[in-house]
Amino acid sequence: MGLFSKKNMEALNTPLLKENPVTVQVLGICSALAVTSKLAPAIVMGLSVTIIVAMANVIISLIRNTIPSRIRIIIQLVVVAALVTLVSEVLKAFAYDVSVQLSVYVGLIITNCILMGRLEAFAMQNKPWPSFLDGIGNGLGYAMILVIVAIVREIFGSGTLLDFPVIPQCVYDAGYINNGLMLMAPMAFFLIAIVIWVQRAKDKSLQE
Amino acid sequence: MKFLRNYLNKIKPNFEEGGKLHAFRSVFDGMETFLFVPNDTSKSGVNIHDAIDSKRIMSLVVIALLPAMLFGMYNLGYQNALAAGAVATTSCWEMFLFGLMVMLPKIAVTYIVGLGIEFIVAQWKNEEIHEGFLVSGVLIPMIVPAGCPLWVLAVATAFSVIFAKEVFGGTGMNIVNVALIARAFIFFAYPSVISGESVWVATESIFGIGHDLPDGYTCATALQYVNGGEIAVGAAGAQLSLCDMICGFMPGSIGETSVIAIALGAALLLWTGVASWKVMVSVFVGGIAMILLFTGLMPENDALQQPIYTHLLLGGFCFGAVFMATDPVTAARTETGKFIYGFGIGAMAILIRVFNPGYPEGMMLAILLMNVTAPFIDYCVVQSNVKARAKRLTKKN
Repeated sequence: MGLFSKKNMEALNTPLLKENPVTVQVLGICSALAVTSKLAPAIVMGLSVTIIVAMANVIISLIRNTIPSRIRIIIQLVVVAALVTLVSEVLKAFAYDVSVQLSVYVGLIITNCILMGRLEAFAMQNKPWPSFLDGIGNGLGYAMILVIVAIVREIFGSGTLLDFPVIPQCVYDAGYINNGLMLMAPMAFFLIAIVIWVQRAKDKSLQE
Repeated sequence: MKFLRNYLNKIKPNFEEGGKLHAFRSVFDGMETFLFVPNDTSKSGVNIHDAIDSKRIMSLVVIALLPAMLFGMYNLGYQNALAAGAVATTSCWEMFLFGLMVMLPKIAVTYIVGLGIEFIVAQWKNEEIHEGFLVSGVLIPMIVPAGCPLWVLAVATAFSVIFAKEVFGGTGMNIVNVALIARAFIFFAYPSVISGESVWVATESIFGIGHDLPDGYTCATALQYVNGGEIAVGAAGAQLSLCDMICGFMPGSIGETSVIAIALGAALLLWTGVASWKVMVSVFVGGIAMILLFTGLMPENDALQQPIYTHLLLGGFCFGAVFMATDPVTAARTETGKFIYGFGIGAMAILIRVFNPGYPEGMMLAILLMNVTAPFIDYCVVQSNVKARAKRLTKKN
């Protein structure tokens, strides 16, 4: 079986749209609400989750045949916790400001349903390479929604993008005010709802 | 009337299938059913209809809102003149005209945005145009301060019509009050235009009518003073009398100030049976009960230093009780439920005013909260009724 066979590419592609962890499976919502008020933390969070899901998938997939099924959840948690701790320490060392903004949410990746879901549903039954692609796909699907929501929230909530002002001063002089609701979690709910709305309007097979 | 009917009949074929203006059929349909009660008869099911359909009910509510709106316009001009110290030299008509010019663009913007969205949705889904926005379009401009910019009003109206109404299925399906969602949106998204001390009095003259106030002129609403434990003062810095509070000569959201004008509207709503007296009365009972309770528990609280009636007269308490809480779509439907629902609104409004100095106006949040709990109240009332009857049945046997 080739490295990029049709089946492997499917593992990578479907989580991006058709099986998107946030908009279709509705997993990982709380972190999507919490870290998306600015774009930079959203990108970092998306990448962290992508790396952790991919690595955890590979590790669990490698040892899947030796894990006793009774204690598999504990083993999965240990692997994820180790990876999360690693990522958290790296962030603290090299991107301290962002890690302060992300606060507890890096640590809470352990409890992110996407991780345990992928480990249980995919890595326990598949070989390391497809598991890796599946992890990358799901992580990127999650990151994509985070970035979309964060771009809208940062532009309309703070008037900046990655902390560069994008709304010119003359617009403010004409009476424009930043939308404070965008910086609150409820608006992230609305934005995710709009993304889901658009996606389901385009893809009829997702409608219930 | 005959002439209008004939004219509508004449242009009607243009909008029917195959006509050249078929694309605008929902607009025509909306106008026709607004002007005349539709004369089609039902083919199956219920064959008796009340002539007062929902379009007629909505029109009645708009008429009931008129006294408060007209007084609101006059008060805008009066507060502007008072702040400029020129009450004696400004005629009554000039004040009213000034208020009209502040108010008209707001009403126009709300209607254009709100009805525009309704027309588009109706056209897109091939449905009749819903009439619900008729009332919301008047309510929204009446519950914002004079200084609210038009674009903020447009954004808030669009947000509330789409997310509070259309996504739930349009008129009659919304679970929360559309006008209040618009106000809540402004309150949380753009707090600077709807709270604080600089937005309640119109500060610029329009086309030479009214007075330009000096930059940095501020005047809080009477409720803000009372909540802060101070004595309420008006736009010119003089203390507000009881008469001012009842008649409504004080700064505030445009339609909410005058208790007398609101009472006129309430009388019409109650007389025609559009609004429920149970909700109205229990809102006031809930409010009074809560004030008495808190005055007993913690008499030194800042917000409770004025006589009991001030909390009922100031802010949006009366306006909310009469026009917002009684909205038949979002209120509780069961008769016992209406008492609980109204009591909850009054009690919650006072609770928010007393305990949360960040939100001087508790009425908006109280009504929204009770809107959300109304289905639960109904459920409990119905279930307790079921239980009571089951009990009676077993007793008899």
